Order: sequence, then structure tokens, then C-alpha cells
Amino acid sequence: MSEAKEGQQHPLKIYLWIWLLLFVLSTFSYLVDYFHLHGMLRWSLIIVFMLLKAGFIVAIFMHMAWERLALKFAILIPPLCLLILIGFMAIEGDYTFLTRGAAFLR
Amino acid sequence: MAHDAETAILPPLQQVATDFASDKQAFSVPWGKAMMWIFLLSDTFIFTCFLTSYMNVRLSTLSTWPNPSQVFSLNIGGQDIPLILIAIMTFVLITSSGTMALAVNYGYRRNKRNTVLLMVTTAALGATFVSMQAFEWTKLIMEGVRPWGNPWGAPQFGSAFFMITGFHGLHVSAGVIYLLTVARRVHTGFYDKRGSYETVEVAGLYWHFVDLVWVFIFAFFYLW
Repeated sequence: MSEAKEGQQHPLKIYLWIWLLLFVLSTFSYLVDYFHLHGMLRWSLIIVFMLLKAGFIVAIFMHMAWERLALKFAILIPPLCLLILIGFMAIEGDYTFLTRGAAFLR
Repeated sequence: MAHDAETAILPPLQQVATDFASDKQAFSVPWGKAMMWIFLLSDTFIFTCFLTSYMNVRLSTLSTWPNPSQVFSLNIGGQDIPLILIAIMTFVLITSSGTMALAVNYGYRRNKRNTVLLMVTTAALGATFVSMQAFEWTKLIMEGVRPWGNPWGAPQFGSAFFMITGFHGLHVSAGVIYLLTVARRVHTGFYDKRGSYETVEVAGLYWHFVDLVWVFIFAFFYLW
């Protein structure tokens, strides 16, 4: 092609490696359940594998790693306010649990 | 995109400031791509609302939450294998994400045959995923799971399950139709006439997002 490169063009190898990596990570997260891991170990492993998978999908498959910083900021920063929602709802859930316990488990 | 090259050498934050302060266009991507990203951002909020409300009801219920590992186990060869159907569905969806990534790549290389082939494969894997989900729903409904109750514990389990996986399945089904529509246009040479294969990448963005959401559902609903 003589014209400038159009859109996001990267070597196939990157995709194949990430693909393999996603398979391995999914297998790991399945094994967490298969081996009946419990407590903090289970939850931290689930979260770590989940974030790694999500990161690779967004960065490589969705090409976010190669986009300009303006687009990265516009798309990746707004979801952070969801953390506040999650925090509030966790507190609220705990509170509901306690009041239900106090009201119904006498 | 001369602007891109000129501003590429700026320090990162200054480049962001220049982009956002530009008169005509803040994002140096085709409009379809910027719009798809913004749609996906809004979809992120919807799915997070579902998952957060699921977290809330699971935290606040006094009854025990049904153990997903057992609920979603399948009896294969006389042995109960925990969560096996969900694991297979996960692998099917990841495979489809891989074929989609390759389809986008071949599109930009102007390899029409491979692009169409890979997109149809992606759609077929998506349809497989939805069929397995339909099987799972049927199995659970026959076992007595309803949005208002189930035989194993907290009644909220059913409503969270049907809402979250249902909405995700709807996204997959819509994606299958979307991919087939774009694949048909690749086949007929529509994008050659237009001179741009960006649409394939934009469709890819949607498909990878569907996979991305499944990563979170798999972790929080099925594994937790």
C-alpha cells in the first residue's frame, strides 16, 4: 500500500499471543473454582485474573493501548465514578443486612 | 491527519489539552469509532448498575446464597463437574474475540476472503454461546428457578441471574446480527467502494466489549 497506514494495524503475532494468554487466564480462574479455594485467596485470585483479562482485551484487542491519550482519558476515567456507587451500595447492603437481622431474627 | 503528527511530540498532558482545545475535532479517530466508544461507555454504566444491584441484594439477604459452583454443574459420564458449561461458554466467547481481532486485522490488509470468513466464524461462535445460554436457562427453569424464588436459598438469586445473563445474551444476539450485516457488506465490496475498513474495527469494538462484560459476569456471578 502506498498510502499512509489506515486505522489500527499491528502484527498478527500480538493478537495470537494475547488470545493464548486469555485462554490461560480463563483456565486459571476456572481452576480457582475447581480446586475449591476459599476466603481471601479465592477472592483475590478471581479479581487479579479478571482485571488482567479485562486489561488485555481493552488494551490490545480494542486497541486502546495505541489510541491517543485524549481518547483514553475520555473513555477510561468516567467509569471510575462507578467505584463510588459500588462503595455506597456495599455500605448500604451491609446496613440492610444488619437491620434485617435485628428486625427478623429475634 | 497532519495535526496528529504535529502534536505527537508534545508532552502527554499538553497533547491532551491541545486535542480537547482543538476547534473542529477532539478525537483523531473516525466519528463512528468515537461514537461506538461512547456507546460502550454508557453500556459499562448499565452493566455496572446490574452487577452492583446484584452485589447489594447478595450482601443484604438473610438466607444463604445458592452455591453457583453446584447450581451450574453438569453431570457428564456419571460425574458432577462444577461450572463446566460456564467454563465452555467462556472459552467459546474468548475464541470468538480472537477470531474477531484477526478479522479486523485482515480487513485493514484488504484481505476480503479472510475477513468475511473470520467474521462469520465469530458470529457462529456467538450463536453457539447464546444456544448454550438458552440450554442453561432451560435447565434452571426446569429445576424451579424463578425471578422470585428457587429451591436452594436466597430468592434474589433468580432475578439477578435472569437479568444479568439475559441482558448479556441480548447483547451477544444483537452482536451476531451486527457482525453478519457488516460481513455481508465486506463480501459485496461496500467498504472497498467507500475506501475504508474502519466499520469492521468498530464492529470489533462492540464484540470485544461483549466479551469484556462476560469476564466480569464470570468473575462476580459465577465464581464469587
